[in-house]
Amino acid sequence: MQILRSAVFGPAERNGIAQQMSPPSRFGDKAFEWLTLAMGLTVVALVAIVGWQLARGSSLAIDRFGFHFLATSTWDPVAENFGALPFIYGTLVSSLIALLLAVPLSIATAVYLTELAPLWIRQPLVSLIEMLAAIPSVILGLWGIFVMIPWLRDYPFPLLRRLFGWTPLFSGPVYGVSMLAGGIIIAVMILPIITSVSREILRSVPNLQREAAYALGATRWEVTRIAVLSYARKGLFGAVILGLGRALGETMAVTMVIGNTPQIRASLFAPGYTLASVIANEFSEATTDIYLQALFEIGLVLFGITILTNLVARLLLKTMAGAGTTRAVQ
Amino acid sequence: MTKLHMLGSNLLGLIIAFGLSATATAQMTINGAGATFPYPIYSKWFDDYAKVDPSVRFNYQSIGSGGGQKQITAQTVDFGASDGPMSDENLAKAPGKILHIPTVAGADVVAYNLPGNPALKFDGDAIAGIFLGNIKKWNDPKLAALNPEAKLPDMDLVVVHRSDGSGTTYIWTDYLSKISAEWKQKVGTNTSVNWPTGLGGKGNEGVAGQIKQTQGALGYVELIYAIQNKMPYADVKNAEGEFVKPSLESITAAMATAQIPDDFRFSITNAPGKSSYPIAGATWLLVYEQQKDAAKGKKLVEFLKWALTKGEGMAKDLEYAPLPENLRARVLKRVDEIKM
Repeated sequence: MQILRSAVFGPAERNGIAQQMSPPSRFGDKAFEWLTLAMGLTVVALVAIVGWQLARGSSLAIDRFGFHFLATSTWDPVAENFGALPFIYGTLVSSLIALLLAVPLSIATAVYLTELAPLWIRQPLVSLIEMLAAIPSVILGLWGIFVMIPWLRDYPFPLLRRLFGWTPLFSGPVYGVSMLAGGIIIAVMILPIITSVSREILRSVPNLQREAAYALGATRWEVTRIAVLSYARKGLFGAVILGLGRALGETMAVTMVIGNTPQIRASLFAPGYTLASVIANEFSEATTDIYLQALFEIGLVLFGITILTNLVARLLLKTMAGAGTTRAVQ
Repeated sequence: MTKLHMLGSNLLGLIIAFGLSATATAQMTINGAGATFPYPIYSKWFDDYAKVDPSVRFNYQSIGSGGGQKQITAQTVDFGASDGPMSDENLAKAPGKILHIPTVAGADVVAYNLPGNPALKFDGDAIAGIFLGNIKKWNDPKLAALNPEAKLPDMDLVVVHRSDGSGTTYIWTDYLSKISAEWKQKVGTNTSVNWPTGLGGKGNEGVAGQIKQTQGALGYVELIYAIQNKMPYADVKNAEGEFVKPSLESITAAMATAQIPDDFRFSITNAPGKSSYPIAGATWLLVYEQQKDAAKGKKLVEFLKWALTKGEGMAKDLEYAPLPENLRARVLKRVDEIKM
């Protein structure tokens, strides 16, 4: 109560109160600290509970298949023989394609929006990009089936095949639905988040940075490259990691365009499958225990991959931190 | 003070009014969950039944057959629903005896996309060959022999199947297992299987979308879906050697001639009878023979009787095949044996 009052009252009264309550009570500070600590721990607990539930739900499958689950490629619900390798492969490859496509595009967009675009165009563009994030996944998926896939199959894919058909990556028959199509749709979905986070980060680069570079006679490109991008490196990397997190778990839209075939093929034109997709596809109709447990284990694997990639990303970020910021500051 | 008092009495009045209206319309809610395929007709039934008996309300969640079987076994719902019969293993897990009540049926059709979309005919061998990956071209001699009048192009066959677990796939693989020993041994019957070939589309819309956009594609979708989307679909040779067009009549015909055991866990794929369409299947409601809650059980039985008489009449309007007369009489008799 006293603390509340001290916030409301003017300086004179506050002094009076402060004299009354010597030594000053730290109860409010302490309470706040405990409260935030509790909130923080809740998040940790949630993650732990999810992990524990997944592990418990899949204990039978883990016992029965062991390490084989991660290393074999058969997914046979009739014979109850399950291996997750094609799904792991599909998740990683589709996310990687998505990052390769979305990161340059997003960061370039963010640079344009903060450094180059005329002021009047910025807000409408930002709103448009944020609207892209609001499109439900399933709608994007339907758009993928009915618009994107036929177009990809008729124009860009044959062209890619003509140009790069000699590499295993772009060989084989073109169906439209494919690992590449899955990667492209994920790229569309993670573009808004990477762009808006990158934009916020570039906006937070102090103007002093830019002014200093200009003062040294740098061109606009040099200012952007040296003073802005290099300075913001760490933050931009963080934005990419946020995008990756989303890419790994993306489900509905990917399921609709990836072809849902559990196989590992070098060609990006071949259909694939992801961890999240197989859960979405098969969970509701799985009737036997071991089948359900195998799907739970797929969830556990996805959970593990997400945590692992985040950890690796954090480590990379640490090694990068020194170099990026100090050079920019120097 | 008086103001406060008035407010108080107003509030009290409101509370009483609410309380009264709540007791006046006290409704019993019967919860169910399961299959998605019959969801449109079930919701129509529950809607219409509310006018027949306003004292009971049905709440149905179409969470999938697997979920329906799980929830009725765990007794978290009053009835379940499934597009495939429960296995002996799953029935054994239930605390009581679960009855299968067939309600309506549907069919899988062979849908395709060819230049000019000629009318096509298939037999079980050809379909199994295609889905096993043995027949790879449209001008394969087997297909040409079945369709002498159609000009089949030298084109790759692109097989499309469902990627999500579904009753549609159950019917399809059940048929293929009956018709082809190789299929039965290599793949088998389930709501989702390890496909030897082909692309997976999510849901009827995913499969239909891929077929529509890919020349040379062939796949299976529910009859309703093919009709509503005006997709060409093939006649299929039945067990008697007749080529039959999939239709509500030929599905009902299959149920009329199929061997149906007394527990109603039946399959009508490859059914005998000249006019039976061979790739069809029923959908079931799952209820306990011994009802725990007598009041609820009574209402549930009343509803089941209504559904199997009046309700069946609505099936055709929604493109579902109703049960044939002989089967319906048997099911009604079984419903009467539900104990409270």
